[in-house]
Amino acid sequence: MPREEALIKIFYLAAAVLFIFGIKGLTHPRTAVRGNLLAALGMLLAIVVTLTDKRIVSFQIIVAGIVVGGLVGVLMAYRAPMTAMPQVVAIFNGFGGGASALAVGAAFEEALKGGWIEEITVQFTSSAVLAGLIGAVSLTGSAVAFGKLQGWIRGKPILLPGRHFINIALVVTCIGMSAWLVMDPVWSVPFWTMTIVAAVLGIMLVIPIGGADMPVVISLLNAYSGIAAAGHGWVLNNSVLIIAGSLVGAAGFILTALMCRAMNRSLANVMFAGVGAVVTTAAESEDIYAGRVKSASPEEVAMLLEGARRVVIAPGYGMAVAQAQYAIQDLANLLNSKGVDVEFAIHPVAGRMPGHMNVLLAEANVPYEKLKEMDVINPSFRQTDVVLVIGANDVVNPMAREADPSIPIAGMPILDVDQARTVVIIKRSLSPGFSGIANPLFAADNCLMLFGDAKQMAMDLTAALKEA
Amino acid sequence: METFVAALTIFILALFVGFEVITKVPPLLHTPLMSGANAISGITLVGTLITSGARLTPLTEILGFLAVAMATANVVGGFLLTHRMLKMFQKKK
Repeated sequence: MPREEALIKIFYLAAAVLFIFGIKGLTHPRTAVRGNLLAALGMLLAIVVTLTDKRIVSFQIIVAGIVVGGLVGVLMAYRAPMTAMPQVVAIFNGFGGGASALAVGAAFEEALKGGWIEEITVQFTSSAVLAGLIGAVSLTGSAVAFGKLQGWIRGKPILLPGRHFINIALVVTCIGMSAWLVMDPVWSVPFWTMTIVAAVLGIMLVIPIGGADMPVVISLLNAYSGIAAAGHGWVLNNSVLIIAGSLVGAAGFILTALMCRAMNRSLANVMFAGVGAVVTTAAESEDIYAGRVKSASPEEVAMLLEGARRVVIAPGYGMAVAQAQYAIQDLANLLNSKGVDVEFAIHPVAGRMPGHMNVLLAEANVPYEKLKEMDVINPSFRQTDVVLVIGANDVVNPMAREADPSIPIAGMPILDVDQARTVVIIKRSLSPGFSGIANPLFAADNCLMLFGDAKQMAMDLTAALKEA
Repeated sequence: METFVAALTIFILALFVGFEVITKVPPLLHTPLMSGANAISGITLVGTLITSGARLTPLTEILGFLAVAMATANVVGGFLLTHRMLKMFQKKK
């Protein structure tokens, strides 16, 4: 190995070490900002070192790409509101996967022309296929996830007839093209056919998945783009790509597994069952709700809060939709100043991506010590006077405790809010949550419904408390 | 074959390091973890740079430009977004 090349590899190793320290920094909020900066430094190092590579003979394309991409990235990162975080992460992720697929394709074209890649080995073709396939799936899959989260595509599962057969046909085509390419790499048509088919597959795989299952989808796509980057590293025989790619892959798979476990569902169930497509009929919910649901006014709830010693707030996606996080923090602050102990109960799959609620509440300046994980806060509900459920439904539905497999959320761990002395549910109507089933909690004896917009109701409660 | 095995070794070992480090990230920071990891997956930019700076045909020029632009958006946007979020967790009252 010539000395220059060895030097470049050492710099790549340094970048990989910085990535690992960067992620390690994310284990605590205090060190997290520094961790992210370390990872960014690693990235800068890797990029600068790469630019010295003697295979690079022209910088025009690179400069143009960096300027355009950099502008897009900065604009999107700064203009995105915190409530839109899931879809912005999804789209960035799609960009990463797409870049892998296209770059690998370009490398393959160059190799065929006998350019700078000396020989087409099996390692080269098989990793090119891997990166192209996974990159394309993650590009279009992320685009669909973005569309669903942004409300451009219907959030409910879209179930095409015969979709399983179509998918199998698409997968078989991909495998066939890949095999052809690996065995006889003489032209690029199989590669591009495979990439386009994989892009269609990405759409087909995400379209039947409902909006509330997006935490799983985004985590999984994140893992894919990591694996695509690692595959890209294999193509170029570049260690920093392989290491960074597998780190990201690990992060994505861990989060995917955590999200599935938090719903007591298998990954296959999330991906293929089309959960959320069936909604309980009005008659069935009428049986549960009729005559038992009690509605309250903000003033009545304010009186309850006034007399409470401990209040827990359980937020859900509805809080994000209503942008209620600031109004809720104002309410929590006011209660604190009146000597009420206030904490937040965060269900692992509340919202549209892992940790979504934490980010929104942190934006509104809620101290992170007040944000409690489900397992930590569940034993304390018995000593809680009032629980405010804000825009959450399935994650507090006691039906999850039933063993009946016909209930879509059976066995899902939930926040045990029904054990508190009083539960107040802020919600627009009695409509079911994502799972499509009615929630008997709404009809429970210790439950009051506060019908209305989450933000407006939080402001009304604050106003009523101030008058009291 | 030798390089393949070497690459596979690195890949598997890095997966283990990843699992060890990432399982210690608390759920509180799962969104920034995801967007930070996402930014790191933009490392594919390094690969796109090599590909698109080499001797080029018009086709690879276009592919290279798109790949570099997408990867840069991923890297720059990803790290900035993560920074913005993490700053919020750091705020003192």
